Amino acid sequence: MTQPTVSTRMPSRATALGILQRYGVYIAIVLLLVYNLFFTPNFFAIDNFRTQFVQVVPVLIVALGMALVIGTEGIDLSVGAVMALAASTIPLYIGYGVVPAVLIAIFVGAVIGAFNGIMIALIGVQPIVATLAVMVAGRGLALLIANEQLKSVTDPGVLALGRDNIAGVPYSVIIAVVLVAAVALLVNKTTFGKQLIAVGGSRRASELAGLPVKRILLLTYVLAAGLAAVAGVIGTARLGASVPSTIGNLIELSAITAVVVGGTPLTGGQVKVLGTVAGALLLQFISATLIKHNVPDAYSQIAQAVIILVAVYIQRGKVSVR
Amino acid sequence: MTTTVDTVANRTEDNRASRERIASVLQSYGAAIVLGLLVIVGSIAFPTFASAGNFANIATQSSFLLIVAAGMTFVILTGGIDLSVGSVFALGGVLAAYGSTYGLAGALLFPLVVCGAIGALQGFLIAYGKMAPFIVTLAGLLGVRGLVLASTDGGSTTPLVTDEGVISLGQDSMFGIHWPVVIAVAIIVVGTLLLARTSGGLSILAVGGSESAATLMGLPVARVKFGVYVISGLCAGLAGALNAAYSSSGVPTVGVGLELNAISAVVIGGTLLVGGRGNLIGTVAGVLLLSVIQNLINQVGSLSSSVQAVVSGGFLAVVVIIQTVLSRTQRL
Repeated sequence: MTQPTVSTRMPSRATALGILQRYGVYIAIVLLLVYNLFFTPNFFAIDNFRTQFVQVVPVLIVALGMALVIGTEGIDLSVGAVMALAASTIPLYIGYGVVPAVLIAIFVGAVIGAFNGIMIALIGVQPIVATLAVMVAGRGLALLIANEQLKSVTDPGVLALGRDNIAGVPYSVIIAVVLVAAVALLVNKTTFGKQLIAVGGSRRASELAGLPVKRILLLTYVLAAGLAAVAGVIGTARLGASVPSTIGNLIELSAITAVVVGGTPLTGGQVKVLGTVAGALLLQFISATLIKHNVPDAYSQIAQAVIILVAVYIQRGKVSVR
Repeated sequence: MTTTVDTVANRTEDNRASRERIASVLQSYGAAIVLGLLVIVGSIAFPTFASAGNFANIATQSSFLLIVAAGMTFVILTGGIDLSVGSVFALGGVLAAYGSTYGLAGALLFPLVVCGAIGALQGFLIAYGKMAPFIVTLAGLLGVRGLVLASTDGGSTTPLVTDEGVISLGQDSMFGIHWPVVIAVAIIVVGTLLLARTSGGLSILAVGGSESAATLMGLPVARVKFGVYVISGLCAGLAGALNAAYSSSGVPTVGVGLELNAISAVVIGGTLLVGGRGNLIGTVAGVLLLSVIQNLINQVGSLSSSVQAVVSGGFLAVVVIIQTVLSRTQRL
């Protein structure tokens, strides 16, 4: 007698969970914005949103690279150190002009990424230890390059990158949008993107299918580090100073959180670019909301922890279905 | 003809077997060998290095990390990871300082109960909720640090340890060996026996070796996974409490990045991150190696902490590369 009711209820519950799994992060953003519309004075102002977007840019750019790495079933803990290294090289080469200095900073990041990639793809070291070693050594190296000192950057080109805008949209936000579009295209429209997802889905199957697995992995870590270096350049430009001791500290945790909350499973084989953007924005809006309501830092950290757990718990079913 | 082929095949088989044996020994005892070499070189280069006082100093400095890394070893043996230990370490210290108003029992029980409960919560989510250890303990890292800040007015107050008994637990010594060192050694001994001689220990290795095989063998996989996170929480909390007793205060900002040191030490000690293989003796060697490197850099004097970071990071990279290459030889 009870069987029919059970069988009719099951699909609707499944779809509700499915909707939550697929759109949970967007629903959360909308709910948070609605809450702020009613309960937070001055939240819905152009200036506030501009601030929020400018603040989210470094985490977002790092998270894009992290999403690619996580898509291959890897992890990159060295992104913060790469930001520090990029920051520390800018004062060294700023004498040659903005463009060479920025390009060299990104190149240095890419070299570190290549080092990660060689350890992981060619030698077979586990991503978490390989990038942990680079994380520790990289920041030390950045501090040595900078003589353990803060160096202010006065070059007008670099400062413009951090402060100027086009039609009210800051340069850094434009760069982030372009990078989001580029990564989305890379993942969804290119052979490399398909290969990357295949490697994350099953490395063994990809090898058997004749994909250049090692090259794909290597390139993924180079891209992640390159993106982190861009974030380091933008962070430096915004501060008007190269601060290798603090820039990008703990950003790997924020980036991983953004990626996971955005629906990319840690088990690899999927990359949600828009989800990652939404994840980063959600984290930013949450901390902004808590700050605007004068919630102490302690409780906002606890809130973040709970949100990570809830987000991952909701998505947990999806992985086992696959 | 066939006989020569046979002997050649046999010989290559023998070669391979001996090479595998050498690789296996290097992987298990590599850290201890390097540690021995480093101590010899250090003793020759710096007269101040090879003194009983300095060695006792290194032992005391290492004991807190060693206790944390011991718990981490159990977790990594099951193929998991615990990123929350740094925050739990800080919480253990703060709670020990608060608990010390009730004497030694309060200073130990209060942090152990709370940190054990945090480990249990994480273990529950991982073992029974089937969530990824990395994410659960990442949330633990954030959330527990939040608890530390919440219990110290946002980190602005540092609760002091006033009880004489608690302070003497941290600072007094037996035959010149500080109590934290004695406790750390006891934990290593008990843990080693637990791993090698009990069914629980063998279950931990089996779960890490192959979770599906362990399930098919009828081992209580979920209970084993739950257990190791409780052990890790207890170890981190105890280490924090002892550190608070040693420094006679529960500083809310300690332990940031401690999880990285603990993971490094475990990995350098030859425990595989994929689980199923490793031991606590290796972890001891890994912790001592990190401490000796730091101590030697301090002996040089003119070198900064950045140099130390570069050396430790580079060292970790070299070790894991060698380990990976060695374990590949074994698999062939």
